[in-house]
Amino acid sequence: MRIPILKLHDYLLISVQVDLDDQTALQFQEDVLEKIHEEGSRGVVIDLTSVEMIDSFIAKVLGDVVDMSNLMGARVVLTGIQPAVAITLIDMGIALDEVPTALDLEQGLERLQLELEG
Amino acid sequence: MQVQTHVDINSEWGIVAARQAGRKLAREIGFGSVDQARITTAISELARNIYLYANQGQIKIEEVADSNKRGMKIIASDEGPGIRDVRRVMEDGFTTSGGLGAGLPGVKRLMDEFDIDSELDSGTVITAVKWLR
Ligand SMILES: Nc1ncnc2c1ncn2[C@@H]1O[C@H](COP(=O)(O)OP(=O)(O)OP(=O)(O)O)[C@@H](O)[C@H]1O
Ligand SMILES: [Mg+2]
Repeated sequence: MRIPILKLHDYLLISVQVDLDDQTALQFQEDVLEKIHEEGSRGVVIDLTSVEMIDSFIAKVLGDVVDMSNLMGARVVLTGIQPAVAITLIDMGIALDEVPTALDLEQGLERLQLELEG
Repeated sequence: MQVQTHVDINSEWGIVAARQAGRKLAREIGFGSVDQARITTAISELARNIYLYANQGQIKIEEVADSNKRGMKIIASDEGPGIRDVRRVMEDGFTTSGGLGAGLPGVKRLMDEFDIDSELDSGTVITAVKWLR
């Protein structure tokens, strides 16, 4: 399974719509980095509105995508994390506190624009 | 009627199957969306640990009831290497696989009851219960 990555000007937009199995999560990590490189993207929004569960493995993959993209020079914003998912992550002791977030895709894009264009 | 299901864990797909079965049962028992997410996440952690550290095993999920409450029990069992120091693996951040080391301490906090029964070279059984409020 592949998660579709859309391009919008300098940005990549990704909406995760499936229950992420490990293989799909790792493939996704690789695809995002490849696509940043190919397109010269400056920012990425990963929308998690449809994601009903984030366990420690998926949290690590997401955190790593953010760090790796930063290394490549692209900023990543995570959006749409469900209340139940946020509560579960905090229960687990996974704060993802260095990861930029926003309420929804639209605000995610605004946040990227602010950060990049100052 | 008491419902019971088990899922064999011997591939990454088993992890997905176990958490889907877990969410379905949690919903049927009447857990709200936050507890459904907690239970599903706990199952995912236990199933992945089985796959990673013991290669194979089983997740059993069942509805439980005592005189005044109902809930859901998860039993994760394997015949893998066992856990040498149970206290150690319950520390946040302890990992032997480059993970976050958030799995087992996380499951303990997500659930209401938690117990590890492990013997070196013979396997591990982890039991966790969430009560309906
Ligand atoms: N079923 C098991 N059999 C043998 N050892 C286990 C088992 N489950 C966990 N362990 C050991 O306990 C350690 C801690 O497990 P825990 O799930 O907390 O963290 P992790 O799996 O290393 O990382 P994370 O779950 O955050 O991705 C593991 O690194 C492993 O050494
Ligand atoms: Mg683990």
